Amino acid sequence: MTLRIYVPGDAAARALGADEVAQAVRAEAARRGVTVTLIRNGTRGMVWLEPLVEVETAAGRTAFGPVRAADVPALFDAGFGDHALALGPVEDIPFFARQTRLTFARCGLTDPLSLEDYRAHGGLDGLRAALPMAPGEIVQTVTESGLRGRGGAGFPTGLKWKTVSEAEGPRKYIICNADEGDSGTFADRMLMEGDPFALIEGMVIAGLAVGATRGYVYLRSEYPDAIRVMHAAVDIARRAGILGAHVLGTGPAFDMEIRVGAGAYVCGEETSLLNSLEGKRGVVRAKPPLPAHQGFLGRPTVVNNVISLASVPVILARGAQHYAGFGLGRSRGTIPVQIAGNVKHGGLFEAGFGMTLGALVDDIAGGTATGRPVKAVQVGGPLGAYFPREKFDTPFGYEEFDGAGGLIGHAGIVVFDDQADMLKQARFAMEFCAIESCGKCTPCRIGAVRGVETVDRIAAGDTAAIGLLTELCDTMRDGSLCALGGFTPYPVMSALTHFPEDFTAPRKEAAE
Amino acid sequence: MAEPDATEIEARVRAIAAELAPLEGPLLPILHAVQAACGHVPAAALPVIADVLNLSRAEVYGVMSFYHDFRAEPAGRKVLKICRAEACQAMGADAVAARALAALGVDWHGTTADGAVTLEPVYCLGLCACAPAAMIDGRVVGRVDDARLDALIDEVLA
Repeated sequence: MTLRIYVPGDAAARALGADEVAQAVRAEAARRGVTVTLIRNGTRGMVWLEPLVEVETAAGRTAFGPVRAADVPALFDAGFGDHALALGPVEDIPFFARQTRLTFARCGLTDPLSLEDYRAHGGLDGLRAALPMAPGEIVQTVTESGLRGRGGAGFPTGLKWKTVSEAEGPRKYIICNADEGDSGTFADRMLMEGDPFALIEGMVIAGLAVGATRGYVYLRSEYPDAIRVMHAAVDIARRAGILGAHVLGTGPAFDMEIRVGAGAYVCGEETSLLNSLEGKRGVVRAKPPLPAHQGFLGRPTVVNNVISLASVPVILARGAQHYAGFGLGRSRGTIPVQIAGNVKHGGLFEAGFGMTLGALVDDIAGGTATGRPVKAVQVGGPLGAYFPREKFDTPFGYEEFDGAGGLIGHAGIVVFDDQADMLKQARFAMEFCAIESCGKCTPCRIGAVRGVETVDRIAAGDTAAIGLLTELCDTMRDGSLCALGGFTPYPVMSALTHFPEDFTAPRKEAAE
Repeated sequence: MAEPDATEIEARVRAIAAELAPLEGPLLPILHAVQAACGHVPAAALPVIADVLNLSRAEVYGVMSFYHDFRAEPAGRKVLKICRAEACQAMGADAVAARALAALGVDWHGTTADGAVTLEPVYCLGLCACAPAAMIDGRVVGRVDDARLDALIDEVLA
């Protein structure tokens, strides 16, 4: 009998020793003369349990974790049954069982580079449904699903596609923004490493919908594993005829390439991404013209986030209404919340919009890893607001977070315990903006530098500088060209507003 | 490894640039390829790339210097990157960073005197649920506590 064993090849699992575990499984199987099929799947997203080893049984896949290489012989001894690390059927683990996995349905389940696996679990159903449709029908389906840009801006995807489909140009492009630079977010990375064909399929469907024949994934250089997997997946898809002169043998042409960024956070902003892709400095462009009209090389271009594009196949496969049936208010469908920082149960939790921040932090994440009380939660990356416990009843939704003085961004939440110094966090927000500013507009380029200095004055006991910091934030918010300068005031002002004591109390450093 | 002379660099860079020039937006792929081949982007490469792409040397320099990834000088034999972003901060990354700086006796972007290692900050490796995170020559490491950092330092200095 052959044992089928799954050891994730995802970067987070590898960062926690999955390669060593995989090696130990091979060595132990060889030593015992047991035939083992070892599959390096994506991650299920329960990062605190990684490396999470799964074994196929008559009753489905059962899980063990977190497994160290040294645990492997004992797991074989136990016949991958009763063992201290046994977690039972993987999909019954409460963190997993409570999710609605649409975009991440295959992530962790399949071998990421097996097209056979992909097809066996619903892969290409969306593209097959889209092929016979008129382009306008595809756009209409995406519009009716209510899908909005998952990169953070929340712009309706269908409307963006409609604009590009109606624009005239010698060539149109689908560009995937995979420059996932926000701290606390890893959904794009996890999807690209765990189910790369879903992104490819979504891009092909987008191409059919708007009449684009060429696609690029702009992937950040900090993700070497995702780069490797995406390159391999594009090659496989091309050989299988999913990409090429005729999509799936009968459709129009669509092909794509992976391009690697070069460590500039601002290139996650769509216009600087376009400049970077063109081989220029990643400087922000003024809008208009919209990228939909004049994007890459001045031609009509769809720029969508990884998760937006990877959600398209399931929308086409199961229908707009199925997707739109999940969610809250104008936030339809599911959102993969990334739970990070100081948490007991960190990982990716995909569910319909609407769960409250408090439920995510206290219940699903299980509170802090350190066991200390939660002080603040930053939602939406380095440009997102810090939420105090008083705002934990805010439900996950674009409008709802906006109303609470924040943003959901790319849906990463970073939890801090009561040791956090919110003045230090505010200073970091300004420092980060100064390091990453593209330099084009003054409020961001100069404002961020002055912001660091002003926070330092406050830290030194000059409370009169608090008013100055507030004014500076107003200027940056109202006068910056893009979200980098425009949204840096979110973490700064939320820290100041909700945790004023950290800005006024005498500081240890100042006293020394 | 001896530094290749200017003629050799020029030939190598010209071959890379000519091969990649037909791409749409070829400059970043060229700079990445030059850095992969030479370990950095030598000053002698810039006029060659400019010539192949019909750009000014200033434009190529402007692009190269905009991005954190491209280095004008060779790095150490190993590159250790430590994440300094918020999710890692929430798990003690500031202390990890301070310990690494002290152990290696360098500042950020600095290379140890023996050329063994270059220490760089990185803002997010996407390992935010197993913070603090680090990367050593493309290999990722999670939950970097004192013991794991010390092991990494021993490894880079070995």
